[in-house]
Amino acid sequence: MNDMFEIVISVLLVIGGIFIFVGSLGLARLQDFYTRLHAPTKATTVGLGSVLLASMIYTYATEGYITVNVLLITLFLVITAPVVAHILAKVAMHHQVKMIPRTRNREMVKLARKQLPPTATTGVEEDGRLP
Amino acid sequence: MSKFLPMPFHTVSLLIVWLMLNNSLSPGHILLGMVLGVVIPLVCQPLRIPQPKFKRPMKLFSYALLVLIDVIKANIEVALLVLGPSSRINPGFVAIPLDLQEALPITMLASTVTMTPGTVSAELSSDKKFIYVHVLNMPEDEQEVVDFIKTRYEANIKEIFEC
Repeated sequence: MNDMFEIVISVLLVIGGIFIFVGSLGLARLQDFYTRLHAPTKATTVGLGSVLLASMIYTYATEGYITVNVLLITLFLVITAPVVAHILAKVAMHHQVKMIPRTRNREMVKLARKQLPPTATTGVEEDGRLP
Repeated sequence: MSKFLPMPFHTVSLLIVWLMLNNSLSPGHILLGMVLGVVIPLVCQPLRIPQPKFKRPMKLFSYALLVLIDVIKANIEVALLVLGPSSRINPGFVAIPLDLQEALPITMLASTVTMTPGTVSAELSSDKKFIYVHVLNMPEDEQEVVDFIKTRYEANIKEIFEC
């Protein structure tokens, strides 16, 4: 394995490490459930992507062939991540998870929970407390 | 669309994914992949909900590229927001009116919205006319977010399906 490969692999691993770290840091630092949802679903795609790319280059450099399993992991990740985020947000709305007070349009959650369009005026229970 | 191969595209992609999973091109795996590619669509076909066709499949690639670039931008943006002072983050909800009608285009749009800059799709109204989105950092003007998503993503998806 020559120096060129080693440099590229190390750079990719460092970038991946930074992004995955920031993603987990976001989980700890952000203040409510909805904002926390943003950190792991996004900051990890590039992070994991570069780690997987590094692993692909490593196999190529040492074994001499390209593994495609890694591409499949990326594919499944890209398919599942948005679905999981969507379902988590949906569940959070139904459980009336607390949000930070400066969240704008908080009253929309009441409508969204009932799958009503934002223009609807009827069908929202009057005593529905804001989360 | 013959009786034997109800979903030709799925047959081919099942074969490719099977070969990728096994990481080999040996005749045995190709044969097994082909059997799976024929049998699985036959079994699944009655369960299928009809979806609109990709009218312009070539546009899918340019769309995928656009989204890929935006995903990388989104990662950097969100990373900077996470590392910066948390008082700078102003989250909010916004309802985006939809022009798309069918389930598959809306799913594509919702997934794209979740993957890209600071937005997560949260709920779809039951009449399929609005999608609720949680925005990590809302600009002063909410309309900016709506316009961005509508012009950048929804217009492209509409072109792909030509609906």
